[in-house]
Amino acid sequence: MSDTIRHHLTEALLMAYSAGTLPEAFNLAIATHVSMCDACRAAVESYDCVGGALLAETETVDMSASALAATLAMIHAGDAAPPAPAPRRSDVPRPLADYIGGSLADVAWRPVGMGVKQAVLKTSDAATARLLFIPAGAAMPDHSHNGLEMTLVLRGAFFDEEDRFGPGDIELATEADQHTPVADIGEDCICLAVTDAPLKFRRLLPRLAQPFLGI
Amino acid sequence: MDQPTRKDARTDDWVAHVARIRDDKDETAFAEIFAHFAPRVKSFLMRGGGDATLAEECAQEVMATLWQKAHLFDPARASVSTWVFTVARNKKIDVLRRQRRPEPEDLTWGPEAEPDQADVLALQQETAQLSAALAELPQKQRDLIEKAYFGDMSHSEIADVTGLPLGTIKSRIRLALDRLRHAMRQRQ
Repeated sequence: MSDTIRHHLTEALLMAYSAGTLPEAFNLAIATHVSMCDACRAAVESYDCVGGALLAETETVDMSASALAATLAMIHAGDAAPPAPAPRRSDVPRPLADYIGGSLADVAWRPVGMGVKQAVLKTSDAATARLLFIPAGAAMPDHSHNGLEMTLVLRGAFFDEEDRFGPGDIELATEADQHTPVADIGEDCICLAVTDAPLKFRRLLPRLAQPFLGI
Repeated sequence: MDQPTRKDARTDDWVAHVARIRDDKDETAFAEIFAHFAPRVKSFLMRGGGDATLAEECAQEVMATLWQKAHLFDPARASVSTWVFTVARNKKIDVLRRQRRPEPEDLTWGPEAEPDQADVLALQQETAQLSAALAELPQKQRDLIEKAYFGDMSHSEIADVTGLPLGTIKSRIRLALDRLRHAMRQRQ
């Protein structure tokens, strides 16, 4: 699959993921993309290496005199670390499977109009992650956003004004971008979309619901 | 003793210590690794916003994690410093930012096979080159990178940091990619 991915993360986002400064929802999209993309995986490991090099050279702050003894006591007390849970079987990469609790078939979709469905995933408030289901040939609801929007294709494909995005591809759009992604005609499109600026999301939701709820 | 001094710390020769912890539950090796890394992890966590008490407690937990996960460490994929950094970073996200940390799905090329010594050496050399390149950056740029990693800089601020002449990192990315592809081929 890897060789078919043409749309990747930026260096800035790879570095921020490694540094650990992004909101959880972005980390989820990045971890999922990296699970599908060798090139970005190698880049993340390289940025981790930068973090290691900085840590090796950083100044030190003295530990307390009893720190080592306390740590060894902690080790002796809990030596049997809990085994990692067995990977669940899923049709999506593991980081995403952990958030949806299984496979795409387990997702609790909610219709938002024009055949489009969504499922908001639980993450920290700083950004919002949701799965979007867009029927073949349909357009994603018209939307704009304040900050960064990250859209990772899981199934099918979509087109924006400039290009096609297939499984594993990630589209990055800023507030400057006016885009109306349209699902490929051949297959329903499922993607993971992440936006920051939660206030914007609240504004988006009524607009999505409007034609259906009649408000 | 193979305890690295400050001078040759850049070769990051802690791999043998981790092996002694893994194989022999060697508390002397652990004490040495603790003495080197715990004060750095504590410093990292304090710069990330933790107070001294919390940073101390978390640094102890990070070091205990190294003991518990010593069998998962693969010296052909990461230096010990890099490994400690990732554990400390995840602790920071968990405790200071109160978030989960989604991690990429692991490749199943795990520690069942002994790592190739040539790969381990190559990685140590790359790590040393990277450290040297970072050390040679102009102070202002180095400060920016440190802030990006340690100071909880926002991602839009980090965007301004990129474009730095991190040529070595680029070559490292290429090397990492080559190694990854090599390992993938071996698995097939």
